[in-house]
Amino acid sequence: MRSAGVLPGFRLTLGFTLLYLALVVVVPLATLFTGTASFSLAGLQKALLSARVLSAFRLSIGASLAAAGFTAVFGFLVAWVLVRYPFPGRQAVDALVDLPFALPTAVGGIALTALWSDNGWLGRLAAAGGVKVAFTPLGVVVALIFIGFPFVVRMVQPVLQDLDPALEEAAASLGASRLQTFRRVILPQAAPAVLSGAVLAFARALGEYGTVVFISGNLPLRTETVPFLILARLEQYDYAGATAVAVLMLLFAAGLLLTVGALQREGRAAAPARR
Amino acid sequence: MSAPASAVRDAARDPLLVRVLLTAAALAVVALFLVLPLAVVFAEAFAKGAGAFWEAVRDPETLFSVRLTLLVTTIVVAANLVFGLAAAWAVTRFRFPGRRLLSSLIELPLSISPVVSGLVFILLLGDAGIVGRHFAAHGVKIIFALPGIVVATLFVTLPYVARELIPLMEAGGSQEEEAALTLGARGWQIFRRVTLPNISWGLLYGIVLASARALGEFGAVSVVSGHVRGETTTVPLQVEILYNEYHFAAAFAVASLLSLLALFTVAVKKLLQRRVAAARAGQAATEGGRA
Repeated sequence: MRSAGVLPGFRLTLGFTLLYLALVVVVPLATLFTGTASFSLAGLQKALLSARVLSAFRLSIGASLAAAGFTAVFGFLVAWVLVRYPFPGRQAVDALVDLPFALPTAVGGIALTALWSDNGWLGRLAAAGGVKVAFTPLGVVVALIFIGFPFVVRMVQPVLQDLDPALEEAAASLGASRLQTFRRVILPQAAPAVLSGAVLAFARALGEYGTVVFISGNLPLRTETVPFLILARLEQYDYAGATAVAVLMLLFAAGLLLTVGALQREGRAAAPARR
Repeated sequence: MSAPASAVRDAARDPLLVRVLLTAAALAVVALFLVLPLAVVFAEAFAKGAGAFWEAVRDPETLFSVRLTLLVTTIVVAANLVFGLAAAWAVTRFRFPGRRLLSSLIELPLSISPVVSGLVFILLLGDAGIVGRHFAAHGVKIIFALPGIVVATLFVTLPYVARELIPLMEAGGSQEEEAALTLGARGWQIFRRVTLPNISWGLLYGIVLASARALGEFGAVSVVSGHVRGETTTVPLQVEILYNEYHFAAAFAVASLLSLLALFTVAVKKLLQRRVAAARAGQAATEGGRA
């Protein structure tokens, strides 16, 4: 129905858009890769294969995975309750879910540190149980849960809202228990959204800086994350080393996003055949 | 119709005990990870009393950081607003090869670590950078100065307005604009009289999101700012400086202002989301009526 190109302004708006994107996004990101292209293999090895780099990647990937897993389970729970069970203050809680997106990361960072340090409200309780949270890898996980929290909730909510109640009724009339219906009817329909949300949370967590930097303590080999390592190298004017780590992190995140995207397309393509 | 509808509802209804337990668990998670961190900010901000709070807020360095942040946010949001409008017009009103690619390119900054967003501008515009060295030769400083903060913030907030407008204008279709065209309206008239009223809520929503991100950006700005006191410290950086110097009450006092802004953003978001959804539904309905 749409007739392409009758409206005015095509050249002007597209030209401006391309120029702006080139100047603000494409050229700056390209410098990252032209910078690494000039690396020798030995230089790359030196920049990437140190114990400090490996430890940072291990912590960032591990903590991001743990946080994404946590938000997958509990984000689903929160989405479920928000969609299914009316309770007083539901709108307020629903709005609050976006807080980690809206709160400046530095504020989230110092707040979590105050909360979980040994004399903080929650840190005191944890310490009484013999668990240290702030300035340990566990603190990094807590910060990444905070920042990743909205993703799964916001991905799952619309899916749960649009579930066809007739399917649940059919399952019930065929003798399925509520738990069986949940596992065999509801969960399969929500799973792709949970996975997408968890992957987004993971990708965000991997590169997160502000929320983590205060609570982690940034001890090399112990609580230093990849983004902090990049910054540490920048502060020592080791631009090449910082770039190498940044490119490795970007490639890892891009690979992950592409893989999951491909898996999901495959899943969607296979779904009608299964039915 | 009422009997089968209620049967459906019953089939999808969980026992009261399950509902209560799950709701309590969900609220506990929300309290633990969202409410308590927010509460602690305000508790710490007033830990030394209201007097200390006001003193911290009125501190000249803090006031400077507020002015700098407002300046940066104004420049950046205005620029990305123009970009968002142009990009949405080009992407939704015309068909051309690479349209999809362009849309994903617009969203790209969202998936890049803030630290890396800062790093690329050091590589490009720093004193030893590919472009920056030519500026440096003429004594123009970009990185560790205001322009660096502006471009880094420009990068991280680029997608927000465009990604609100594109789906909205896509759903609205271009029939109304084409009708205006046949009635003799000029390009700018069409935009102002036909397009703008249809997208105003989405536009406002995008501006709110972009402003919130611009005001609070920490990672990218931290990399390019150099933390020069009274020159390149934005509000989030001022919070960091105060905190690292153990002025906890002052740090949290400034942080509490940012938290209030965040709460405001979240509330506006909730409100505008409804308006945008209604606008989209309304447009889809008129669309359906025409077809």
